[in-house]
Formats: sequence, C-alpha cells, structure tokens
Amino acid sequence: MINSLFLINPSGEIFLEKHWKSVVSRSVCDYFLEAKEKALEPEDVPPVIHTPHHYLISIYRDKLFFLSVIQTEVPPLFVIEFLHRVAEMIQDYFGECSETVVKDHMVMVYELLEEMLDNGFPLATESNVLKEMIRPPTILRSVVNTLTGTSNVGDTLLTGQLSTIPWRRAGVRYTNNEAYFDVVEEIDAILDQSGTTVFAEIQGVVEACVKLSGMPDLTLSFMNPRLLDDVSFHPCVRYKLWESERVLSFIPPDGNFTLMTYHVNAQNLVAIPVYVKQSISFFECGSDGRLDVTVGPKQTMGKTVEGVMVTVHLPKTILSINLTATQGSYTYDNGTKLLVWDIGKLNPQKLPNLRGSLSLQAGAPKPEENPSLNIDLKIQQLAISGLKVNRLDMFGEKYKPFKGVKYITKAGKFQVRT
Amino acid sequence: PSSSPRHDDLKEMLDSNKDSLKLEAMKRIVAMIARGKNASDLFPAVVKNVACKNIEVKKLVYVYLVRYAEEQQDLALLSISTFQRGLKDPNQLIRASALRVLSSIRVTIIVPIMMLAIKEAASDMSPYVRKTAAHAIPKLYSLDPEQKDCLIEVIEKLLADKTTLVAGSVVMAFEEVCPERIDLIHKNYRKLCNLLIDVEEWGQVVIINMLTRYARTQFLNPNMNEDKEEKEKKKTEATAIVKRKPYVMDPDHRLLLRNTKPLLQSRNAAVVMAVAQLYFHLAPKAEVGVIAKALVRLMRSHSEVQYVVLQNVATMSIKRRGMFEPYLKSFYIRSTDPTQIKVLKLEVLTNLANETNISTILREFQDDHFNDKDFVAATIQAIGRCATNIGEVRDTCLNGLVQLLSNRDELVVAESVVVIKKLLQMQPEQHSDIIKHMAKLTDNIQVPMARASILWLIGEYCEHVPKIAPDVLRKMAKTFTNEEDIVKLQIINLAAKLYLTNSKQTKLLTQYVLNLAKYDQNYDIRDRARFIRQLIVPTDKSGALSKYAKKLFLALKPAPVLESPFKDRDHFQLGSLSHLLNAKAGGYQVLPDWPEAAPDPSVRNVEVKESVPEWTKCSSREKRKEKKADKPFYSDSEGESGPTESADSDTASGSESGSGSEESGSGSESEESNEESESASEEDEEEEGKKKKKNVEKIKARKPVPESESDSQPNTIASVQVFDTICKPAWLYMQFLLNPPLPVSVPQTIIPSGNLKTYELLHRITGEGLSVEYCFSRQPFSPDPHMVAVKIQFTNSATSEAKSLHVEDAKLQSGMRIKEFPEIEVLPAGETISVVMGIDFCDSTQAANFQLCTHTRKFFVSIQPPVGELMMPIFMTENEFKKEQGQLMGMNEITEKLTLEEKCQGEHAVVQRVTTAANLSRVPCGSDKECRFAGKTVTSGSLVLVSVVTKEDGAAQLTVNCEKMVIGTMLVKDIHQALTQ
Repeated sequence: MINSLFLINPSGEIFLEKHWKSVVSRSVCDYFLEAKEKALEPEDVPPVIHTPHHYLISIYRDKLFFLSVIQTEVPPLFVIEFLHRVAEMIQDYFGECSETVVKDHMVMVYELLEEMLDNGFPLATESNVLKEMIRPPTILRSVVNTLTGTSNVGDTLLTGQLSTIPWRRAGVRYTNNEAYFDVVEEIDAILDQSGTTVFAEIQGVVEACVKLSGMPDLTLSFMNPRLLDDVSFHPCVRYKLWESERVLSFIPPDGNFTLMTYHVNAQNLVAIPVYVKQSISFFECGSDGRLDVTVGPKQTMGKTVEGVMVTVHLPKTILSINLTATQGSYTYDNGTKLLVWDIGKLNPQKLPNLRGSLSLQAGAPKPEENPSLNIDLKIQQLAISGLKVNRLDMFGEKYKPFKGVKYITKAGKFQVRT
Repeated sequence: PSSSPRHDDLKEMLDSNKDSLKLEAMKRIVAMIARGKNASDLFPAVVKNVACKNIEVKKLVYVYLVRYAEEQQDLALLSISTFQRGLKDPNQLIRASALRVLSSIRVTIIVPIMMLAIKEAASDMSPYVRKTAAHAIPKLYSLDPEQKDCLIEVIEKLLADKTTLVAGSVVMAFEEVCPERIDLIHKNYRKLCNLLIDVEEWGQVVIINMLTRYARTQFLNPNMNEDKEEKEKKKTEATAIVKRKPYVMDPDHRLLLRNTKPLLQSRNAAVVMAVAQLYFHLAPKAEVGVIAKALVRLMRSHSEVQYVVLQNVATMSIKRRGMFEPYLKSFYIRSTDPTQIKVLKLEVLTNLANETNISTILREFQDDHFNDKDFVAATIQAIGRCATNIGEVRDTCLNGLVQLLSNRDELVVAESVVVIKKLLQMQPEQHSDIIKHMAKLTDNIQVPMARASILWLIGEYCEHVPKIAPDVLRKMAKTFTNEEDIVKLQIINLAAKLYLTNSKQTKLLTQYVLNLAKYDQNYDIRDRARFIRQLIVPTDKSGALSKYAKKLFLALKPAPVLESPFKDRDHFQLGSLSHLLNAKAGGYQVLPDWPEAAPDPSVRNVEVKESVPEWTKCSSREKRKEKKADKPFYSDSEGESGPTESADSDTASGSESGSGSEESGSGSESEESNEESESASEEDEEEEGKKKKKNVEKIKARKPVPESESDSQPNTIASVQVFDTICKPAWLYMQFLLNPPLPVSVPQTIIPSGNLKTYELLHRITGEGLSVEYCFSRQPFSPDPHMVAVKIQFTNSATSEAKSLHVEDAKLQSGMRIKEFPEIEVLPAGETISVVMGIDFCDSTQAANFQLCTHTRKFFVSIQPPVGELMMPIFMTENEFKKEQGQLMGMNEITEKLTLEEKCQGEHAVVQRVTTAANLSRVPCGSDKECRFAGKTVTSGSLVLVSVVTKEDGAAQLTVNCEKMVIGTMLVKDIHQALTQ
C-alpha cells in the first residue's frame, strides 16, 4: 500500500521522511518537484504523478506538501484520505500543522507515523487510540518531563485498539461532565454581475466537544431533520437509527470530533446574507481603471454580519492601485496582485465602500475579464438553513452532563462575478 | 559516512547506565532518521538496548531497528531472541508488538521464524494479535514469495475469523498474496457482508473492492436483459436467436448491495468511492442512481479528493448520464478551482450536456474565465463536443465559436478555428458564410495551426466559396516565403485543390507556389511540391496516377469523431489507480466480465456439522487448537462489546449463535480434559479418534450406496469387495494416525500390491563401500503425521565397519522439516540395516538436501519425492467424493484424455497402476467404468481426488481435483505416464 511519506515545504525542501517498507530514495521526489516547478500555483500540482517505478500521490495542505510513494495498485482516494488524516493528526496534537511545528516535534511525529501505518496499511488512525499510545505535549507536561525525565509514551496498556468501539478510549473520568455541539454552516454561492444567484447551497457540519465520563450513549435529535438532504457520519453514528428515526445515536469519542456533515436540501431557497454592489472598469484608451465596491446586509434574520472580508485577484497587468475604504482597511500585494479588504462588522446604517483608481502597466491591453470577488463573512448564533437541535439525551451513565449547542454561519466558496 | 565526533558521544550516551541519557540519544538518532540523515553506523550501539527496561527507549530502538535491520542483517539477528521471547508474553499487546517488529525486520534468514510466529499468532486467542498476524502476512510474502502456499493456509484460517478487527486486515493480506484464490472467499462471503459495517474504515475499502471482483465472478449481470436489448438494436439478426431469460438476482448479490449502501454515508471519501464503484459495477441500472448524491458530496471535499472523484464521475457520466443530471450545478466551474479540476468539471459538463440543459451549460462556458491557457483550449473543445453530440445546438455552438473568432486573444481564436474546422466538416454546405468569414481571418490571425486549418478548410470546400478561394491563394502566394512550415504545406494543398477544380483562374498561381516550394529550405515542402506537380500537372511523362488526382485530393473525408477521453475507461475498476492513470498499475486485479451462467451458489452455504464428516475438515491438531482458542474469545468479545453491538451488529451476533451450538459438542470434551491429568495433546487426539469412529460409524449406518446397488447389479460385486478391503484398513489407518504412540503394525493392505520402488541415495563406489537406498514406505510417520516416512537402507559392502551413521546439516527449502533417524552406532562389514526418517516436504517436490555422515566421511545426498508420495490415503464414500469434487472445480480441476496401454485395460490394472503411482485409496463407485481415488496431502491435508473413466478401445479420461494446482498438474502427468506405459 503506502511505501513512504515525504513532507515538503513550498520551496521544495524535504524536511521529514518516513518509510513503512524498504527505503525509497528521496530522489523519487524529483519528479514531483519538477511538476511543482511547472505549476503556477501549488494547488495546480497534479495529485497523482506516474514515475517509471513509483506512483506519487500528494496533497497540498496548510502550505505543506504531503507526498506518498506507492508501488502497486491502491485506490488513490485511500491514500489521499490517509494523508489528510496525517495532517489532521498533527493539527490535533500540536494545535497547528506547519513546518515549524513538525520540525519542533520531529521524534513524536515520526513515532505517530510509525503507529498509524503497519507495512503501509492503516493500523491506528483514530485520535483517541493514538493519544493513548503517545500522549500529546502540553506545556505543563513538558516542564514535568524535563524535570523528572519521564516520558510521553503511554505506559499503561492501551485498550482502545482492542475494543469494538476503537474510537473511544476506556476509563475516561471527568469531574465536570460536558458535551458541546457547534452547528457550523457554510454558504457556497456564485452570484453574477447583477447580483442574481447562479448557484447557492449550504454545507453544514456538527462539531462536537464531548468530555463525559465512562461510556455514555448519546442521542441527538433535530427539530427539522427533513432539511438535511445528504449526510455523512463519524463511524460512531449508528446508520440504521438514522435511517429509521432520523436521530443521531452514538457512543462518542473522547474530546473533539466531527460528528456529521450535511448538505441542505437543494429545493430550499438559500438566503444570501449580503449583497455586493460593484463596478470594476478599465478605460479603453489610456492605462487606467476604476474600482468601486459596496457591501450591504441582505437576508440576515436580524443578526449582525461580522468578519466581512473581500478578496480580489487583480489582473496581472495592474501596475499599482490607489483606493480608499470608508470602513476597515485594505492590503494589496503587488507580487501576487492580491487585494484584501478587511471590513469587519457590517453596519446597515453606513455601508462600507472601497473605491479608487487602478493603473495598468504602460502599453498593456485592457484586461479581457474582470476579476471576481471572493467574500468571507461570519454570523454568530444563526444556522442559515434554519436547522435546530431539539434535544440531547444520554443513556448508560448516571450523572447529569452539562449540554450546549452553538450555531455559526460562514461564507464558504462565496463568489461574486463582475 | 564519516563517523563524526557527535556520533561518538551518542554512542557514549547509549552505553551509559542512565535511561535519561539513552532516551536523549535515541531521540536525536530518530530525529536524524526522520530528516533522512544516515545513522546506520550507530547500529551496534543501538541494538544493544533492545531489551532496555524503559518503554520509551525500547520503542525508539524498535523504530530504529525496523529502519536499518535490512542494511545490517547480521547485527539485526542479535535482537531476534528478544522478540521471540515477546511472542510468548502473557500480555496480548506485547505479543502483538513483538510480532509487528519481528515481521518488519526485512532479514531473509529469519523467514522460518517469521513463518512460525505468524502461524502461532494466527491462532492466538486475542483478536488483536490475530490482526497483527494478518498484517505480517504480506510482509513475509514480499520478503520470500516462496512461502506463498503456507501463507495461503494462514490466510484461509484467518478469513474464517469472525471478528471485525481481523476482517479488514486479512482481506488486505488476501489481496496482496493470493487475490486469484477467489474460492477462499465462498464460505466467508456472507459473513464479510454482515460484518462490513462494523469493520474499521480502511478495512471496509479493501473488503468492498475485493467483493466487487468476487461478485463479478459469481453472479449474473443484473442488467443483462437491457444490455442485450442494446445489442439487439445494433444487430437485428441476433434478435431471433437471443431469447430473454427472466433475471432473478441471487440473494447473496442482494445482500452485498444492501449491506454496502449505508456506507455511502461514511465520512471517509475512500469508503464512499468504494461503495460507489461497487454499485456502478454491480447494481441494476435502476439502483445505481443512489451513488450520485454521495459522489457530489465528495466534490465539496479537498481538491485532491475532488480530482479523483471527478475522474470517476467523468467515466460514469458517459454510461449513466441521467444519474448526474440533477446535480449539474455542482459541476459549475469556479475561478478559484485548480486547473486540473476545471478541466475535469468541463469534461463532466460536456458529458452531461443534452438538448434541455445545453443552453445553461453553454452560458456557463462563456462565463468562464479565460486566464488559463490549458483551460481555454479545453473549454473550446468542450463546446465543439457538445455541438457534435447534440444536433439541435450545433448552430448555436458554431455561432458562439464564430464569435470567439473575433476575440482579442489569439489563442482563443486559434483554438476556435481548429474546432470549427472539425464541426464544418460535418455539414459544409450550410456554412459557406462561416467559411467566408474565416477566409477573412487569414489577414489577421497569426497562429500557424489556425492559419493552416483555415487554408485546409477553404481548399476542402473551395466549391462552396468559388470566388474567395482563388483570392486567398493569391494572398498566400505573396506571403508564402514567410509562413511556417505547416502553413506552407496547406498552401500547397490549397493550390493543388484549386488547380483541379478551377484551373483557369489558378493555374499560374499554383505554378508560382510550386516553384517557390521547389526551392524551400525544408525538404518536406520540396518533396510535397515535387509530388504534387507530378500528380496534377499533366505532362507526357506523368504516370497513370494523374488521372485519379481529383479523386485523391477531393475525396470525401470522414468527419472527425470528437469523443471523451474517458470513454470506455470503465473496463478498469472505478476508483482504482489504474482507472485514474488509464493504464494498468502493478498489482492491479482485472475486473472480470459477468459469467454467462452463474456458478453454483451453494458454495457460499456455510455448512452445518453433519453435512461433511468432520474428520476431513479438521483432522490435524492445529485446527483443533484454533477451535479451542476461539472459544474464550467469543465470550470475551461479547462481554466487551456491550452497548454498540446491541444496536449495530445484530447480524454478527446472529451468525455467532449458530456457531455457538456447534461448539456445544466440544464443551463436554474440555470438562474431560480437566479431570484427566494426561498431556492435553494426546488426550485431544484420542478424543478426536472417538469422534471419528462415531462419524465413520454414522456413515456406515447410512448405508453406502454401492452396497445397496450391489443387489440389483450383480456385476458390481467386485467393486464392493474392493470397497471392503480398502475402506476398512483405511479406517484403521486413520485410527493409527490419531494414536501415534501405539505401536500398531500397519495393515499391509494399505500398501498397493506392487513393490515399493527403491531409489538410490548413495552409490557403493562414491560411498566407499557404503551404499544407501531409500523408498517411500507409505506408512504414517509416527512422530509427526505431517511428515512423509522414508525408509533408508544402509548396506556396508566395505571391509571395515562403518561407525556413527547420522544426518547432518540439512539444507532445506524454507518450511521443510526433517526428522532424522537415530544415529546408527556401528554397521559391521557386509551387514544391512534399515531406518526410517520423516521429511515434511511442505507439499512440494523440492528435494531435501542433507549430509549423510559416517565417522570418517560426509556425503551430500538428496531425496526428491515423486508427487504421488506427498499424499496419504483417506476414506470417502461415493457421495462425499462427488460433493468434494464439485467444490474443487475450475482451476482446481485438471482433465486429460488418454489411451490406456494394452496391459492396463481392465479395472484391476488401472487401480493397481494408479495406487502405485500415488499413495491414494480407492473410493467405492457404482460404475465399473470409473475408478475413483482419494487422498490428502501430507503437510496441509488438501484433498486430492482422482478419477479415471474408461471408455471403449482403451480410451480413458483422467481427472484430478486438488486445490493445490501444482500438485494436481504433476499428479496428472505421473498417473498419465503410469497408465500409458
């Protein structure tokens, strides 16, 4: 299955390698680096590369390339999914996934990789199981460790791998038993020049943070489960009960996990929380253009829209820009031609506006296409689809847990064509 | 590499007594490994710490060992004993981790140790250890592929395991070691289907992919009637012949579809894809639709996931377009998509285009952002494909493309010209105005390919634009010298075509162009000019061809077909790497076509105890052990599983309850063994013997068929006699096997009446007076029933006595074992002595090499068994024989036609020759035209069934059924020889 893994930073330096079978020389990465040179953006590197003796399957995530070496037939998604799990594992253990973090915890990352695969086949990928074998670092523990010389390796015998519910570790004890659920929805939309919706849909995810003692058996039900069109679950969720009763019944893993992701029925009209008035124009003669963008609230269900941000990839022929924002601030990187306007909270009384002039390189023709605007936003305490959690019940344990649900709406791939 | 002083201090730290120093050193070393720095020179210093008490140091040492053992094989051997000890640890996790490390050390010498460890672990009572054993199988296989047969046995055993923990791992091992042995799956098929939902995600992927292949070999095509209809439409002649059969889905086929469907909701993209491909390849057309929604969901995942999913959707959407139509919008292109995603989305959109949605799709194409070269080309080609596929929109598309001709970007224009050229070829007569428009473009457009396309188009359809064409040629003649080569060639073409159709206006121009071409720098162009001149300009020298010039140049050319590069890619299993690359990757298992007729579905029936006499199934001690080991584990897992089991896996517990009753019989046994203080193994065997007795009695009570028939058919009396003489001793023989310590004199009847063949082991001259012969005594080898008994006869023809004759230094193929004969202290001159030694040939005809030693000399000798000696006879009734034979069909059956030698015609002769050639016992048979023989291989106990059907004039047919195909093939050869010579 998976022979080797190389972690490569954007400049092409290989800073970690791990082999699960015979060692594969790192020169195999040259094929990948060549492809990377050719690609304009790191995202454009083909995920699967065929070399004379190996296949290279890679992902680009958190500004790092995770490159795996394959020798024989294996479903590509199998490898890709696993590589993402590696990234998630690093994120989970060290709070972020970056080159610095990996370099700081080289040995621990290496040990984790050793446990995750055996002979290239996944052995332990559940965070709960891994954490039982190799404890994640905390500041306190690292201080204690240096003083006492004790270790991060779990010395108790792990039981997670042995049970039929491999995602939950045994013997969990908390003094405060709590279970929190975040319902996070993202709006993916494409609006055309006139503001009409070309395409819009809502993706949701229920993130859970469960810190409950023992073996709790939870049941989460929704007020309006019919809204959910397509769902996917953490392995702990019992499919059959969802099929028959539309409730989520599960024994949760300990700690943070993604309980379910869902897609809202396409028949429902999607509420678009903001509108954008924009005009970007270039004069036919001369080397000048104008940009004028206004953002305003539309269907917000009475909530405040926060964290609004507009990102524009300006045409390559732009030489310089001179803009003024009535609210927030903008940054512009002349190298990447990336314009970011950070607006913040949206005030319905006073709409934020960004306008000014763009100057093109001398002699350059008028850009063929206008760049599209990517919008980012956040609305607290609102699930834009209207999804509501009804109740959470717990069986199997006697104590009374503290329960909480939070709703957030965000912009996903929210694009305005100009 | 130079051992730097830094390495020296690491060595010092490793040698110290303080764990903290060791740990620090190991951490630094592992960090070096992780960075890809060479740390191999530290091997001796590190390996010393393999038995360190500190668990963290130990873990890091393991990590180091696994990385470098391959390079430092000799030193690595020092650590083996630690792991061997670990394998016996009472703690299951320690056993498992010892096996894991041991099997990860890629050192060939320890192959036998690994094999032994895997075998042991496969019957461990802990499912976790069994899982580790399954993981170790492919490791050993890659280290030594010769172990395949032994490993298959372990796989077979683990496949029968009923825990979810093991299922995924053992199927993975199956796929890597013996994916062709689909027969191993039969009995486990339903269990795998039922366990599937509780198996961990990665295992699910492997199992689902394997079951897809399995289903393709065992079930009928659920769409066969529809597919046939399609064929019928194409071939009307066939209609009369093909009769529709009503299709009924095998319940096992349905089981698979039903049990995989909920996994479409998995969070793991690989699982969803696996189920999707299963449905695509196996489900009835009407049901495939369910996968679309799940696949569209994956489109919102990471871009790499999108990339793979889109590749598969592109293939699927060609065959099952309707399925994705409702999700058209999900394939709309975003400016932020990476190029490869854009191109794939375009591909899917093009496949999905039809009369109703084409306008939206075209609008989508136009909205796309032309900032990416590859993508522009792809878009324009996509429009072209829509136009060819959907007649209604051809004009719209063409108009759209013509508009693009005025685009400022030359690339867009060039690509459009190329596509328009292809489109116009389909209906040139209606589009002369477009051709005119394009003719005008020659003034502006500079991209050579586009210019060449325009010129070709004008030349090809010059009759539609009779006025413009000569003018274009005139302009081109002017610029000829400055054109690119491909343009020049097309100018020559245009000139030639015009000359043929309109020579009055263009004769001079053509000659001018040809003259220019004659002196061109490029020889292709010079050649072309010379060729064309000869062809079109009639001279007295011009040959017969010029008559046909017009036909040559202005023949009607077939319109190009614009089709998807994903067409027919579904002959690769979807979701596979090979499908993605559109090339077979190493280790890819071909997805077989549906069978014409379904193979016997009863092979998947899990047997109830009575149906097959138990002793054929578990006559060996190992299998007994496995059973015992399983017992505590079931109760174990039931206790553990608690709440989830109740909700999720009622199916699993259901199947277990069935086996529970099976266990009840052996329950009493264990009680007995508690009371008696004898050694367990002996007790076991005796116990088994009793059971066997019972079974045999039962069979007898059931009245074997031949007996009943013998009344009505007097001519079968002879065969009944044979039955009696053979089957009784066979039974005794079984008893003997089961009670080896008893000094039973083996009944002579078991040995065929023919003399045993003796072979020479050592010649008198080479042996300096000592000659040694051996024969296969065909008697069970009492110390170990898995060994073949070899009788060795020493004759001392020298003048002095030979002393201390013994075996030494056996060089054996891995897996083979030898049980030496006890040393012969003295063999006086002129005396002869016989001894028996046992050899486990591992069911192969590889020679066992060893040294035969006397007090003075050593002789290299080798014993190679004929294939017939690798088996021992077993008793069977006719019905059982038929049944077993029915299960060993296909690749396991070898049939050969032969002509019996004269002396050999007649039942008795056949029986004698076959039993001489192979150590088999006769199976009673109702017909005197057929002789049947049964046996099993000594090492693995695989059944060997032989039948010889005689026909008239000495013609006969020999059939051998054996799951070990090599043995089967060789046996056919040997018996064939015995019967014909």
